[in-house]
Amino acid sequence: MADTEFIKSVTDRFTLLLGEEKASQIVITESPFETFLTVPAELISVVMTELYDNPALGFDSLVLLTGNDEDDAVKTKNDDGSETLTGGNLSVVYHLESLPNRKKIIIKTIVPKANPEVPSVTPLWVSADWQEREAYDMYGIIFTGHPNLIRILMPYDWEFGFPLRKDYQNPEFYQGIKVPY
Amino acid sequence: MIKEFVSEEMVINMGPQHPSTHGVLRLEVKLDGEIVKEVIPHIGYLHRCFEKHTEALTYPQIVPYVDRMDYLAAMYNEFGFALAVERMAGIEVPPRVEYMRVILGELQRIASHLVAVGTYGLDVGAFTPFLFCFRDREKILSLFELVSGARLLYNYIWPGGLSKEIHPDFVRLTKEFLVYFKPKLTELNRLLTGNKIFIDRTANLGVLDIEKAINYGVTGPNLRASGYKWDLRRDDPYSIYDKFDFEIPVGDGAMGTTGDCWDRYYIRVREMEESIKIIEQAIDNIPDGDVKSAIPKRIKVPAGQLYTRVENPRGELGYFIISKGANNPFRVKVRPPSFIHLMLLDELCRGNLVADIVAILGSIDIVLGEVDR
Repeated sequence: MADTEFIKSVTDRFTLLLGEEKASQIVITESPFETFLTVPAELISVVMTELYDNPALGFDSLVLLTGNDEDDAVKTKNDDGSETLTGGNLSVVYHLESLPNRKKIIIKTIVPKANPEVPSVTPLWVSADWQEREAYDMYGIIFTGHPNLIRILMPYDWEFGFPLRKDYQNPEFYQGIKVPY
Repeated sequence: MIKEFVSEEMVINMGPQHPSTHGVLRLEVKLDGEIVKEVIPHIGYLHRCFEKHTEALTYPQIVPYVDRMDYLAAMYNEFGFALAVERMAGIEVPPRVEYMRVILGELQRIASHLVAVGTYGLDVGAFTPFLFCFRDREKILSLFELVSGARLLYNYIWPGGLSKEIHPDFVRLTKEFLVYFKPKLTELNRLLTGNKIFIDRTANLGVLDIEKAINYGVTGPNLRASGYKWDLRRDDPYSIYDKFDFEIPVGDGAMGTTGDCWDRYYIRVREMEESIKIIEQAIDNIPDGDVKSAIPKRIKVPAGQLYTRVENPRGELGYFIISKGANNPFRVKVRPPSFIHLMLLDELCRGNLVADIVAILGSIDIVLGEVDR
């Protein structure tokens, strides 16, 4: 169902807008079911503003914002048998839809776990507000420029990390109770 | 002599246990006298780590967990999840299953809207319609009990088919129910829809215009009440909905402004009428066949990612599944309509009276099990 021609026309527009060098960082990625655009985090603001503002594209609806762990950290075995994880990436997937033009597009951005900063799109689509908070809550992705980036589903005082990360460890105690009890 | 009258902002907490919040939800309300300045919803009281659980379960094992998200529309949650897995695994389901899914899905839509409409009446002070609605919903639950054995959480629609063969009495009893139920909608309209007190309480309140609705990601009945004709059954068809003839009702501001609370209420009543139409067209045409024939022994989903969405009674319910080719998914992200709709509350309540919070919250029809997952 991938609308390859449409995605190509979108990338051509970005080549005009950003110039050859920057636009070459926006890559069309084909996965078995969905084709999406991989955009570096520093270009997210420009790309999203263009998708939202340009009436020819008119992506007026952010359907879904997903945080995800790419699970690509490098495992190294220590001498005592334990494992250490280094590196690894997190990603954010945006499903956008244009209701007047009946078009869909998927944008993906990958950020390193060491510095997971992505510009917030809440100023464009209000529906991103809580979804970004959820992605922060579960993966610790920092959305810069978000008006109120606090935990949403987990307790506000949760201090044991971000539970949906693949390397998450359960705490031994929570509020004086042993886990698992 | 009073030099200067200082009015202070007051903060009150509604919930977590409050009968009109339809679940465990805490609202931090900032007031200036009787006027609402800000509403901050605090959610997460029902958080059951659905997305974390899915990563350790196989696809058929996830189905019962899916039930427990939107527990008023469990059948439709299963429908959406089954569809998502089938599209990725390339499973073709027999036409008998497709027809049954549509019939059960639309019955579920009626049942869910009956709760929405009934409890909304209760929220603004009308007790009788609530009892009437629940009486009729019981009959739908009995039909579900007949086919699946359960009344609330069914585990009936599986990826590839249905868990049990259809009960021989199901078709007859469903037809009897439709004959019984149609006049009840007229009764409901006389009792609540046209009731002057109800209209005074809900018309021109919490008006949501189309542009704002789309920017807030609003879908389903709430978007249609604002006057935008958008229904995934028609605009992004799935299953066999393209075979049926039905209208998509939109709000027109009959009692006040388009997109007010009354419109959001009435759109649900009219959608029940359309659901009846769909069931009537489908119930006589259920093909013969085996509902379990396409259920695979082991579901293996090829690596890749896909977002599948269906028109849940509350709006767009989506499943974004990322698979790495294993028996269990790498990631299942749900797009719960209630979670997105709850963001609206602050916007709609600002500047209204504190007593209207309950009327506005009831009109956007949220289920907290789905908000928190």
